[in-house]
Amino acid sequence: MIDSKKLDPNFKYEVSAEIGGTNINRCFACGTCTAGCPVREIDEKYNPRKIIHMVLLGMRERVLKSDFIWLCSTCYTCYDRCPQDVQLTSIMTALKNIAAREGYIHPSFKEQNRLVSTFGRLYEVEDFDNKKREKLGLPPIQKTFEDLTKLMHDMLPKEVTK
Amino acid sequence: MRYALFLGCTIPVRGQNYELSAREVAKKLDIDFLDVPEFSCCGFPVKSSNYEASLLIAARNLAIAAEKKEKICTLCNACTSVLTEANKELTKNKELREKINKELATVDKEFKPGVEIKHFSRILYEDIGMDAIREKIKTDLSKLSMSIHYGCHYLRPSELYDCFDDAENPSTVENLVAVTGAAVVDYKNKLDCCGGAILGVEEDIALSMAKQKLDHITANKVDALVTICPFCSIMYEDNQKKIETKFNVNYNLPVLYYPQVLGLALGVDPKQLGFRLNKVRPTAILEKLGVTL
Repeated sequence: MIDSKKLDPNFKYEVSAEIGGTNINRCFACGTCTAGCPVREIDEKYNPRKIIHMVLLGMRERVLKSDFIWLCSTCYTCYDRCPQDVQLTSIMTALKNIAAREGYIHPSFKEQNRLVSTFGRLYEVEDFDNKKREKLGLPPIQKTFEDLTKLMHDMLPKEVTK
Repeated sequence: MRYALFLGCTIPVRGQNYELSAREVAKKLDIDFLDVPEFSCCGFPVKSSNYEASLLIAARNLAIAAEKKEKICTLCNACTSVLTEANKELTKNKELREKINKELATVDKEFKPGVEIKHFSRILYEDIGMDAIREKIKTDLSKLSMSIHYGCHYLRPSELYDCFDDAENPSTVENLVAVTGAAVVDYKNKLDCCGGAILGVEEDIALSMAKQKLDHITANKVDALVTICPFCSIMYEDNQKKIETKFNVNYNLPVLYYPQVLGLALGVDPKQLGFRLNKVRPTAILEKLGVTL
């Protein structure tokens, strides 16, 4: 049941103020997004039309605290097919960005942030990797990126990397 | 023709067969790759939780390319997408560009519009062209049949890539495989996502997505699946055993990177195409061609 007292009518404006969130108010709930979604095909708990509707209704807490916003596989099928150019994939990014700022970042993305800020890549490159590359006739790759680590240190709040 | 080679995170440590074969194919087709050790991650992994941080990482890479006056060739679909999007967004949005450049200035870098970014497959299709490739084919691969997995970020969002291929009915990689003589076998739901981006969020869903595609692909008799993205390949090749065990199925489907296929057709020594690094052994394919490693 939806408790109207718990709704935040400004949530949709908050989302539309994010980069990529601008077109959320255009949605007329046709469901093209959900019909073509490959994640939804596997698990019904991810339903893009429903998520957009929840945002438009103002169900701020329920959306931001949910697990399902992290399940968008960013395939851009809905983005390309949407007749209203809602740009759903970008809206999902906007929602995840807001959720992360509010402290609800999914642990998997927290770890990815930590790796990228520390090593400049998703993987820690070890001597072993460069030795293997040398054997294969490939040039060595850089193990750390001081300037990038500095940039990330300035940009990413500690709570999303540690 | 010269490009700065953008390797990203996964290829240099987990997809060296892709890298090796791409370098060999480039040599055969007179594409000069410049190695740029300062290129880092593209920014994709950070985008979900902090879009501006991902723009900053992408902009740093683009600034390095601009400084060297080089075009970028990507091998990974996600790198292609994030770098292209950042390039367009920062070119169009002055306010955002100034904000990002203020950050970049602290490490003596500056984003400047104008860097060209293209996926290697797109370069082969558009800039080298089918005729030039056809002229250089030495080994006919018509004994082989293959299915293709494009990977989402090579095609979509289509506006990002100026609709160079038809996102609902793509043909560029089909043409690139067909030019080798190999038969291209279509299959159900070919454009569905591999699930790679949510592997760390819910493994069960991601593996089910990959399984569904492996089911559709192996419903026909094909010698291999051809991919052009390292993460799609991780889903179908590295995780194939896991999927087989989890769902009690058996595929034994070799997964090849496109440059490995083209390399064979161009007459590159198979030893230099990284087949030994393929986790599902492509022995049967090579035997059909009379090749031993």
